[in-house]
Amino acid sequence: MSALGKVVRAGVGRRRVQTLVMTLTTMMAVTASVLAAGLLVASQAPFDHAFAKQKGAHLTAQFGGAKVTAARLAGTAHAPGVTAAAGPFPVLALRPRPGRNRFGMPADDRLPPMTIVGRATPGGPVDDIDLVAGRWATGPGQIVMNEGGVPFDIGDQMTFPDLPGGPTLTIVGVAKSVGASAEAWVSPAQLAALTAPGRTPAHQMLYRFARAATDAQIAADRAAIAASVPPGAMTGAASYLKIKLAASRTSATFVPFVVAFAVLGLFMSVLVIGIVVSGAVSAATRRIGILKSLGFTPAQVVRAYVAQALIPATVGTVLGVAFGNLLSIPVLGEAEHAYGTGTLTIAPWIDIAVPAAALTAVAATALVPALRAGRLRTVEAIAVGRTPRAGRGRAIRRLLGRLPLPRPVSLGLATPFSRPARSATIAAAVALGTIGVTFGVGLAMSLSDIQDGLNRRTPGAVVVLAVPPPGTGAPQAADPTAIAEKIRAQPGTRRFFRTGQTRVGVAGLAEATTVIAFRGDSSWGSYQMVSGSWFSGPGQAVVPSGFLNATGTHIGDTVTLTGDGRAAPVRIVGEALDLHEEGMTVLTDDASLAGLGVPVAPESIQFAVDLRPGTDAQAYLNSLNAALRPLGVSAQANSGEVSGVVVAMDTLAAMLTLMLVAVAGLGVLNTVVLDTRERVHDLGVLKALGMSPRQTVTMVITSVAGIGLLAGALGAPIGVALHDRVLPAMGRAAGTRFPAADIAVYDVRVLVPLVLGGLVLATAGALLPAGWAARTRTATALRTE
Amino acid sequence: MTAPIIQIRDVSKRYDVGRPALAGLNLEVRAGEALAVLGPSGSGKSTLLNLVAGLDQPSEGGVTVDGVRVDTLSEAALAKYRRERIGMVFQFFNLLDDLTVEDNVLLPAQLAGMPRGKARTRTAELLEHLGIARHARAFPGRLSGGERQRVAVARALMNHPPLLLADEPTGALDTASAADVRELLVELNRTGQTILLVTHDTALAASCAARTIELVDGRIARDIRTAAR
Repeated sequence: MSALGKVVRAGVGRRRVQTLVMTLTTMMAVTASVLAAGLLVASQAPFDHAFAKQKGAHLTAQFGGAKVTAARLAGTAHAPGVTAAAGPFPVLALRPRPGRNRFGMPADDRLPPMTIVGRATPGGPVDDIDLVAGRWATGPGQIVMNEGGVPFDIGDQMTFPDLPGGPTLTIVGVAKSVGASAEAWVSPAQLAALTAPGRTPAHQMLYRFARAATDAQIAADRAAIAASVPPGAMTGAASYLKIKLAASRTSATFVPFVVAFAVLGLFMSVLVIGIVVSGAVSAATRRIGILKSLGFTPAQVVRAYVAQALIPATVGTVLGVAFGNLLSIPVLGEAEHAYGTGTLTIAPWIDIAVPAAALTAVAATALVPALRAGRLRTVEAIAVGRTPRAGRGRAIRRLLGRLPLPRPVSLGLATPFSRPARSATIAAAVALGTIGVTFGVGLAMSLSDIQDGLNRRTPGAVVVLAVPPPGTGAPQAADPTAIAEKIRAQPGTRRFFRTGQTRVGVAGLAEATTVIAFRGDSSWGSYQMVSGSWFSGPGQAVVPSGFLNATGTHIGDTVTLTGDGRAAPVRIVGEALDLHEEGMTVLTDDASLAGLGVPVAPESIQFAVDLRPGTDAQAYLNSLNAALRPLGVSAQANSGEVSGVVVAMDTLAAMLTLMLVAVAGLGVLNTVVLDTRERVHDLGVLKALGMSPRQTVTMVITSVAGIGLLAGALGAPIGVALHDRVLPAMGRAAGTRFPAADIAVYDVRVLVPLVLGGLVLATAGALLPAGWAARTRTATALRTE
Repeated sequence: MTAPIIQIRDVSKRYDVGRPALAGLNLEVRAGEALAVLGPSGSGKSTLLNLVAGLDQPSEGGVTVDGVRVDTLSEAALAKYRRERIGMVFQFFNLLDDLTVEDNVLLPAQLAGMPRGKARTRTAELLEHLGIARHARAFPGRLSGGERQRVAVARALMNHPPLLLADEPTGALDTASAADVRELLVELNRTGQTILLVTHDTALAASCAARTIELVDGRIARDIRTAAR
């Protein structure tokens, strides 16, 4: 091994703590960066990612079975613009009935029409279906369900009593088609068996096109396909763009906060790598002097110290990439579940770009002090290494010495002033950690408040649905007046109201809109308001932000509801937090719809019941259910909902926050280790003069405590500001505004611990070296020069 | 005859395999005595001083100072012991460069929790007594070697320790400064201060100490008492 190699190896091996810290810190920084960048990339285009992975169909076209032959359809694969095609597959729209199933669906219910496609295999050049669970349907009596459709589980059955022989199919698998090409799949032979005598199944063709980025391009492609088959043969076609639009709304909500964490992680990585490398090089200055005195050239010195930084950094980087990818599995698993767009992974280029960037940063950061060391005159290098530069912060030290503080405390408080640049880097690391924690905590609190706000859609402790529970065999919804009487008569009922839904037209909108009509005093159970107020009587309405955006209306405006040829104007008095149906709902008093002749659907009616204080909810439920039994309906406890998206966001935010904090803590640890090593001789002197281990720990901790407190006080408001910018952006991405109360989550009880968090972070980072300083043998320390 | 302030019984100290730094050493030093420990490099002089100061622990045997069994104390108790019972003077002074002379001298009292007023009075007394009062606000880097060692002595005496340990106190000084420090130690011993002095300098030993021991390979080769200095 060359002399240079030996020096590098010895440098890495001898300073084990620094080498370990540098390895760990680089690992954490790279892990966080890989995860954040990977998620950022994945969240930017999760649909595109899943769509590309599954080779999703740009156009899912249906053709009349009797109007065009399969062979002619196969020829459409060569139509202009088509790059790939799959099919034709036979397709039927059938209304099965649930058979044996574990979701309690009544066996005699007719399910909505279901698109069933006959496909021999899930794979193919287009729409390479992802089998989520179970296996593909290859034989008779087997069917695979599309994930997220009718709630069937593997082993459940469905029946087709209207077909000859009343076939029964067993669910053998659950699959996901990103382009939603079908609701269920069977083997082609099974599809033939499901075809009623005299009927011909339709044909399904799946296409990918060279140009399919816009609606216009898809329309042109569709026209080219239609032109290559007999007129009228194409009976329908669905573009992937509509599905993409719906899918990207959820993923877009992730982007603002992931970007915030990624930026914080990036700053933190650069900072910590800078702290670690420049610290390691500056700590070795004396060694540099010795090497130069032995004949090392400046260039060799520079190479030696850059290499010494790069070796542990490379180990840390490799580990970081591995951990980043490992951690991404559960994290992206949550995200992909929330996105609902298929399996997400870290993009391969991130596994190359992040390590390359990290190692470049390490080399660049190491180069600056290494060049300085290379230029140092030998005697100066030895002198600098022997005695830490004194002279800075003496005035502060004297001032603090005069304060009525225990001497270890005043000595510790003065320490940062003798190394202002190093203290600033500790402060920056702690501040970034505090920003991350403040932002993460605020995000979790806001999401929790928003979730609570969304749950106010179903208020009260008890809910009574007018429809009989599944499996009871009761045919229709019960009389709501009778249900109301039973609830009113029940001891413990404090107040209640009922809601029902119907679809009405809204002047200016092409599609019908859902109206939720309230009957009774609903003021106690209003939705969470973004602005304005809850309606107080007929003729007033509350709408979600999505409705205001879509219609261009504002609070105070009047919109006209239409139905059955009649019109009913309502004045918008409030903006509510509601994401259902993309926020396209109208909430109003039941009486507002009186003139429209569009009664609420009986099966949509439900009652929200508030109980008197002190009422035993379970006893109330038992009693009310006994009273409701003759009506065939039952009451349930209102348990609220927990959104999978919110859970995914909380998980991600918690993980990224923890990483930021860990990296910040390691940055502090490394700096204090460095500082303690440099001051080990002084520590020996102080211990020889009678400084006890506790006083030593106090001094070392105090040396960072002030910085931690200051950085916490600086970082917390920045974290609040970041939160207050990111939350509305998330809301905009989700198509809503958030109530101010859900964003203003930081009160004094939250802020004080967050500010003190900087102190805790700095103290935690300093504990290990403080203990080491306290345990250092005095005789050894005194010999250290 | 006064009671022994240092009692060293059958003390051995081994650092690694090989010859012990101290081998079955027995030694008593009486209160008010000035003992010089001479010997070549590696003879065990500094090890002996470290054991008495509680900076290191013997592999075997016991060290008792001023009635305290030093080798059995915990780290916290050792810190208290060093504050209250010993003062140390080092070859290279070991002053904290970022503290003024006054603050360096104040340190032991502050660590011991002495009331501020009392500590300042004692500091002023010592600085005055040792002739360095005019340097109270100066930083050690601006002083001569002899002056720095005077500051170190003042710091060592701050808490009225019954035992003063001096490790090559003139080793880093020029001739004039060395003579200055030598006189100071003689003066201190004359006022009753017990001194354990480790040195290579036979002249210093002869002028400061009424008793001299010579260590060779961790054992006492010679123990010489001078009737009168």
